Amino acid sequence: MFGRDMPDKAPQNPAAVDAPPTVGGGRGAAYVYEAPVRLWHWVNAAAILVLGVTGYLIGTGTPAMPGEASGNFLFGYIRFTHFSAGYVLGVGFLLRIYWALMGNPHAMQIFCVPLWRSCFWREVYDEMRWYAFLAVEPDRRVGHNRLAQLAMFFMFTQTITFMIVTGFALYGQGAGRDSWQYRLFGWVFAIWPNSQDVHTWHHLGLWVVVTFALVHIYAVIREDIMSERSISSMISGQRQFRD
Amino acid sequence: MGRATETFYSVIRRQGITRRSFHRFCSLTASSFGLGPLAASKIAHALETKPRMPVIWLHGLECTCCSESFIRSAHPLIKDVLLSMISLDYDDTIMAAAGHQAEAILEETRARHKGRYVLAVEGNAPLNEGGMFCIDGGKPFVERLRWMAESSMAVIAWGTCASWGCVQAAKPNPTGAVPIDKVITEKPIVKVPGCPPIAEVMTGLVTFITTFGRLPELDRQGRPKMFYSERIHDKCYRRSHFDAGQFVEEWDDECARKGYCLYKMGCKGPTTYNACSALRWNGGVSFPIQSGHGCLGCSEDGFWDKGSFYDRLTTIQQFGIEKNADQIGMAAAGVVGLAVAAHAAVTAVKRLTHKPDRAAPKDKPT
Repeated sequence: MFGRDMPDKAPQNPAAVDAPPTVGGGRGAAYVYEAPVRLWHWVNAAAILVLGVTGYLIGTGTPAMPGEASGNFLFGYIRFTHFSAGYVLGVGFLLRIYWALMGNPHAMQIFCVPLWRSCFWREVYDEMRWYAFLAVEPDRRVGHNRLAQLAMFFMFTQTITFMIVTGFALYGQGAGRDSWQYRLFGWVFAIWPNSQDVHTWHHLGLWVVVTFALVHIYAVIREDIMSERSISSMISGQRQFRD
Repeated sequence: MGRATETFYSVIRRQGITRRSFHRFCSLTASSFGLGPLAASKIAHALETKPRMPVIWLHGLECTCCSESFIRSAHPLIKDVLLSMISLDYDDTIMAAAGHQAEAILEETRARHKGRYVLAVEGNAPLNEGGMFCIDGGKPFVERLRWMAESSMAVIAWGTCASWGCVQAAKPNPTGAVPIDKVITEKPIVKVPGCPPIAEVMTGLVTFITTFGRLPELDRQGRPKMFYSERIHDKCYRRSHFDAGQFVEEWDDECARKGYCLYKMGCKGPTTYNACSALRWNGGVSFPIQSGHGCLGCSEDGFWDKGSFYDRLTTIQQFGIEKNADQIGMAAAGVVGLAVAAHAAVTAVKRLTHKPDRAAPKDKPT
């Protein structure tokens, strides 16, 4: 499974990387998402769901718990869950970066967008025509389409990086000045000396992720119906061509 | 204004303070710094032998609350000590000299103690209109500040004004007031933010500098680590209610009477670095949260410009609108959600109307 990379890892034309398999007359399957990518995707999705819900609760507070303070630890558990999920997200993201370097060329797509290539923008244009109902047929690319790649990079990769950095910086405040979190991410407070600002931007980041998730889930379901590409590609790794 | 050889100890002895009281102060100071038992004798030795350190206390654009706090340092002995321990050569609000006499002191200290005096600055300098919004001795304050800083050993930025800008630098900041580290760049600056700073923090810092002849360890923001390394939240006595999820919802509700956490009432304790919850105020009597009101975050940068003091989520002004993260985020998610729904509807309509065409040739080149 891990050995089924494209044989040539040298920089390639982005169009060539994502070209559908030519054998089989347009029918068949391509192996796009390798096992580590799929595993990361679902772990990451679960972590984001947990982080989003607990993060919102931390931001707004919970209804008061009855009884003595010694008998309750609700907010503590919510924060613990948030921090644990944050670690899962952070470690997962590091592994994902590692896999971007080690995996097949598709694995690099969410980290590197070839904005400098004219063919990239032509494909973005084609994709926009497809989503604007101007093109009858979608591009039959096997990896991310170009518009998705743009959204992935600017709304997901960038936001998650921001959330990890600010999240660990805020965690470092509680962990103390001598913690590795503060040493590693404390520079955030050189940009925003008042950590209230960091809280505010971290909170806004949640809404960017929510917005991204809306578009992402909608586009996946729509693609599944319209292009007859399988939603299960993130489960099996295979992208089907059923036409 | 004493002779250069005068020590702190000789001054307080002359003022009738006993040797016993002096050593009690040294032990108290050593323990408030968290130093070992031997440090007390080191402090005593330093205060007995080192010449008193000249301090020039300048007042810029400010309200004098820092001075008011300073002179209320809790332990009466500390108050007596501080006013004699340092050689407070110039402080225009409390010194006897005035006019040309006062100006002469400034010139004299600058010349005689070049590179050895500490410049304490309360307030900050407005830069607009050539600094005309704050005139001190016939000249813009910013010029005096630069002039005195040139020959100083170190600079203490008293209060949030000097450290961050405070209310005079709040939007729209008509006078162009800036924190003093924007004016003085070549000297070490200790920031002691707070509006005002805690009296014991101020006297403690001065004691440290006099005793050891150097500045204490500072954090990334230039604040002394010994007083500003933890947030109000970290030592708050209501922290257990925070962890339990017990919050005050209204100012007059049952939870407020029970003394629950003020997080939802906009308490800025979780984002404010200061020693209030450890040292407290007025001789350890109380601090804002103890008296039932949330922390305003007065020792933090731009605390006037973060919207209401009573909101957990503060406003974001960067987009030209004053909304909090939830309002902006929910609006954005709502718009995108509507767009997605509309797009889905159009897709469905298209698909139904074009159904027969699905069998059309699919030879689009890739």
